[in-house]
Amino acid sequence: MAIRTLEEPKKSQILTALEDQDTTVTIDDSLENEMVLNMGPQHPATHGVLRLLVRLNGEIVMACVPELGYLHRGYEKIAEGSTYHEFIPHTDRLDYLSPISNNVGYVLAVEKLLGMEVPARAQYIRVLCCEMSRIASHLVAVGSMGMDVGALTVLLWTFREREKILDIYDVLCGARFTTSYTRIGGLQQDWTAQCTAMLTRFLDEFKEDLGEVEKLLSHNRIFVDRCENVGYISRENAIAMGMTGPILRASGVARDLRQDNPYLVYPELDFNVITLTEGDALARFYLRIAEMKESAKLLRQALQKLPQGPVNANEARRVLPRKERVYTKMEELIQDFMIVNMGVDPPVGEIYQGIESSKGELGFYIVSDGTGHPWRMKIRAPSMVNLSAIPIMCKGAMISDIVAIIGSIDPVMGEADK
Amino acid sequence: MNERIIEKLRGQFPSSLEGTNEFRGDLTLQIKRDDIVRVCEFLKADAELAFDMVIDLCGVDMYRPEGRYEVIYNLYSLKNKKYLRLKVLVDEDNAVIDSVTGVWAGANWHERETYDMFGLKFAGHPDLRRMYMPEEYEYHPLRKDFPTMGIPDSIPLPRR
Repeated sequence: MAIRTLEEPKKSQILTALEDQDTTVTIDDSLENEMVLNMGPQHPATHGVLRLLVRLNGEIVMACVPELGYLHRGYEKIAEGSTYHEFIPHTDRLDYLSPISNNVGYVLAVEKLLGMEVPARAQYIRVLCCEMSRIASHLVAVGSMGMDVGALTVLLWTFREREKILDIYDVLCGARFTTSYTRIGGLQQDWTAQCTAMLTRFLDEFKEDLGEVEKLLSHNRIFVDRCENVGYISRENAIAMGMTGPILRASGVARDLRQDNPYLVYPELDFNVITLTEGDALARFYLRIAEMKESAKLLRQALQKLPQGPVNANEARRVLPRKERVYTKMEELIQDFMIVNMGVDPPVGEIYQGIESSKGELGFYIVSDGTGHPWRMKIRAPSMVNLSAIPIMCKGAMISDIVAIIGSIDPVMGEADK
Repeated sequence: MNERIIEKLRGQFPSSLEGTNEFRGDLTLQIKRDDIVRVCEFLKADAELAFDMVIDLCGVDMYRPEGRYEVIYNLYSLKNKKYLRLKVLVDEDNAVIDSVTGVWAGANWHERETYDMFGLKFAGHPDLRRMYMPEEYEYHPLRKDFPTMGIPDSIPLPRR
C-alpha cells in the first residue's frame, strides 16, 4: 500500500495508478476536490529523471513533492574504492553539462588535501576551462528554459553556440563531454595556439549571437508573462534553504565563491558579481545572460594574461609523468606505476573545497586516512540543494508554471542523484 | 577569526566543545551529541558569527567501536565569508541525533540523505524518508560493511 490517507476515501483511478511499489506518498487529509498528479521521471521538462508528485486543486499547485534517486550511481561509494586519480573520470558524469569545471573542482580539493601548488599557467588554463563550461552550461539552461515555455528557436541557437565550445574541448583534450582534463597537480595537456584561435573566434561572434537570443526572449511578451513572478523565492528563504549560484544571486544575495572565497587566479581578474532582487524565474534568466557576458570578459582577460611555463607541478611522487617519458625512461615508469597502483600519499586529515560551478557551489569534502584512497568523499552537489526549494517555489503556482520553474532552477540530475 | 569562534563557543557552552582541529585552514569543532541543536542555534543567532547557511551536512562511517559514525555540519557565514565545520560522534547502538531542520530549513534533504546512506536517525525531522534508495530497501549503502558491488537480490526487479 503506497498512498495512505487518514479517512481512506474511495480511491479514484489516478490514485490507484500511482500505487506501485516505487511510490510512497503520505497524504494527511482527504483529497476532496484535489488530485495528485505524477510528473516524471520520464518527462521532457524535468531535464532528466526528476520526478515530482504534484497535488492540484484545479490548475493550482497545492503541494509538490520531488523524488530523487533515479540516477543514483553511488559515486561516493565508488570514490572510497578508487584512488584519487581514478575518480577524475567519474566527476565528468556529475554535472554533465559542465564537465571541466567538475574536474577542476575535484582536483582543487585533492590538491588542498595534499597541500600542493600548481603552476600559474595551469591555473589560468583552469580558469579558461571553468568559464567556458559556465557559458556552455548557461547556454543550455537559457535555451531549454525557453523551450520549456514554448520558444523552441532559442534552444537551437544556444546549442549552436555551445557546439563551438565543445569543439574547443575536443581540440583541448580529445573529448567533447567526458573531458577528464585535469590531473592532480596539473593538466592532461597544454593549451595550444589552436585553442586560443578558436576561443578568440568564438568570443568575437558570441556577443552578437547572444544578442540575437536576447532579442528573441528578453522583451518577448509571451516569455516575460510566462516567467515573471513565477517560482519566487525570497532572500530569507533562499539563504535558509542553502541555495547557491544563480538562484541565490537572483534573490539578492551577492555570494560568488570566485570573489568571496577565491580559488585559482580569480583575484587577479576583473569581473562583476551580478545580483538581481526579483527572485523569480525571469530574474534567473536575466542573471544567466548577464553572467555569460561576465564570463566572456573573464575569458578575454585570462587569454591575455595566460603566462608561459609548465602546466604540471614539479612533484614526481604525486604528478603523473608524461606518457612518452613513461614508455622510454625507467624513473618515470616507476613513478607512473607507483602513482597508478598505490595512489598519491595524502596526509591524514579532512578538507572541504568548494568552487562556483555554473549551478552553484560544487564542493568536495574529503576525509583521508593517509592511504591512496579517500576514506570518505562527500560531493556537495548544487543541483540537489537547489531542487530542495521546489516545494517552496511551486506552492500556489499554476501547473504550467512548473516547467518554467524547473527550467529556471536548471537542475542536472547526474549531479543531484550522484 | 578561528580563535574568536572557539573563544565564543567556550564561553557560551563550556562543556559542549569536545575538541578543535585545524587542518589546511579548515576549522573543525567537535560538539557533544546532545548539545548540537543548542550550539547551532547560537552560531546562527549570534550577531558576530552569523552562520546563516548550512552548506553541507553528511555522515562518515569511521568503523570503530566507540563513536562509529560522525555527522559533519558544514556551515557558512555570509557576513564573514567563512566556513565552519562541526563534527558530532554518534555511537552505533544508539544512532540517533537531534535534527537541525528547525535551525536551517535547508538541512532537511541533507539529513534525509544521511539517514538513507548511514541509517542515522534524526530526531525531530519533519519528513525522514529515504533520499535516493527505495523506501523498502533494508541496507544503508555508505556504511563500510556494505560491499561496493552491492548485495544481490536486495532490490526487487519490476514485474514483467
